[in-house]
Amino acid sequence: MKNILAIVERELRAYFASPVAYVVLTIFVLLSGVFFQTILRQVVQMATVNALQSQQFGAASQPIDVPGLISQSFLGTLSVVLLFMLPMITMGLFSEEKKRGTIELLLTAPITGFQVVMGKYLAAVSFYAIMLATTWVPTSVLFLYGDPAWGPILSGYLGLLLYGVALLAVGLFISTLTENQIVAGVLSFGTILMLWMVDVVAQSATATTRAVLAYLSILGHLDEFIRGVVTTSHVIFYLSLMTLGLFLTYRSVDSMRWRG
Amino acid sequence: MISVQNLTKRYDTTTAIADVSFSVEAGEVLGFLGPNGAGKTTMMRAITGFLPPSAGRITVDGFDVFEDPLEVRSRIGYLPESPPLYPEMTVEGYLRFVAKIKGVARIDIADEVTRVMDTARALDVAHRINGRLSKGYKQRVGLAQALLNDPPVLILDEPTVGLDPNQIHEVRELIKEWSGDHTVILSTHILPEVEQTCSRVVIIDRGRIIAMDTPENLVHQLKGAELTLVEVAGPLDDILERFRAMDGVVSARDMGSSDARHRIQVETDLRVDIRPRLARTIVEGGWGLFEMQSSRMSLEDIFIKLTTSDAEASPVHAEDVAVAPEPTSGNTEDFGDSENDTEADA
Repeated sequence: MKNILAIVERELRAYFASPVAYVVLTIFVLLSGVFFQTILRQVVQMATVNALQSQQFGAASQPIDVPGLISQSFLGTLSVVLLFMLPMITMGLFSEEKKRGTIELLLTAPITGFQVVMGKYLAAVSFYAIMLATTWVPTSVLFLYGDPAWGPILSGYLGLLLYGVALLAVGLFISTLTENQIVAGVLSFGTILMLWMVDVVAQSATATTRAVLAYLSILGHLDEFIRGVVTTSHVIFYLSLMTLGLFLTYRSVDSMRWRG
Repeated sequence: MISVQNLTKRYDTTTAIADVSFSVEAGEVLGFLGPNGAGKTTMMRAITGFLPPSAGRITVDGFDVFEDPLEVRSRIGYLPESPPLYPEMTVEGYLRFVAKIKGVARIDIADEVTRVMDTARALDVAHRINGRLSKGYKQRVGLAQALLNDPPVLILDEPTVGLDPNQIHEVRELIKEWSGDHTVILSTHILPEVEQTCSRVVIIDRGRIIAMDTPENLVHQLKGAELTLVEVAGPLDDILERFRAMDGVVSARDMGSSDARHRIQVETDLRVDIRPRLARTIVEGGWGLFEMQSSRMSLEDIFIKLTTSDAEASPVHAEDVAVAPEPTSGNTEDFGDSENDTEADA
């Protein structure tokens, strides 16, 4: 555990010693702010129109849950923004070590490959947690000026967290495959995009294939969390993807010793 | 301390190390000497467990590299070919991190980091960023890192490469300091380095050990005779006669004369240092002594002889090494001289 923490600490310091952390955080905060503002304006407009219509026609139309709708759209949008951001968190974690030769230090130190992998992974997850935490700034606006239901927001964040930890594990694995962090970043992004698009591909397939491909879609599993439903099968999906990613990372790091 | 048995490392098509066995006693400084690409780095990586061998067994302090990798790694301080530094960290921060993963107790970390920085003469850059250090300081920080937690075994891959003459001298002095309480394996393709620092030399060429002994024994084994070159003024025939009559002298030859000075090459039996008696003879004869030089066959001559002796040997290897001698070391001079002399003799 001590070894894992030492690596977590080093990686977090390394994030903030390079421009990557600041660029990723700045862009993310900026984008999430802009999107929140856009969503806010649209939903409020929609609600106003809706209210005017029901006044005019006297018909008791369904009232709109303004804060709920805003938070749902916001969290959904965040998942797309994260698609672009997550590969940047993991792309350098192993590729840079390989390029600089520092991997030789880690793999000849009296620590296990598992500790190296977990240290790096937990650092990436911690950084991701910081990113998610920043989105509470716009979200808190909802609590200041409205009374949104806690449930869907918390479950939505849980969903985003699971979604992130799964994709970070995939990205971590990909960064073990190359010495070039740009290649790792693009590969991770491509892989995540593929996992995202499989259900689009699924449209034209047979029923069984469609079901399988739709199950593999990483975004499909997020919907229910955002709508406030936490289902075991979705939790298991993300955790399995995370475990698979970490397992592959571990094997890949172990095999670096073999391949040299 | 370290035992390597039948170590073989194959890559897809090539064999980097072929059935190599040797052992290193505690406190020894063993030098791997060989041309670039001979398999020195591969061999060191195999001992650290970074690169598992295709076949063979390696033990360090009784622990198998394969079965107890953590025990082995905790006993080895390793300086890879290029110092494994994180460029964005400060020297001190970096060493603190390495100390942690090497298992230095939390309360001892500060002292231990200061100790290794002091030993490796890197204290003055403690707060500098690794990435901005000069090559020499990077190498020192790499050495400091290897010393953390005081491992009994140090494996140093080309510790002096890229350093300037003063730094090379310093690093060699450091290695000499550490020998004794540490077992050191170092690799180099610079020949005077092994002559100066190592108690035993392993000459490697294309993945095979072609010679292993102390530097002195290697020199003696491969050399037929000891040659001494003297420059004397006096009657040539008389001088040659007197020299030839001396005990232990095999031959004395005139190598050329000018201005009544004669260059005479005296060949003696192995391990006989004729110089004091030669000087006395010259003084007793009332002649003038201008120069006297023992032309020992250097490790370089041996190395070239060994690595090019078999039919397949490509001359490129020998040339590489012949060009490689660092221009810096104090004995480059007699190095070059001796080479010429032996060649002239042959």
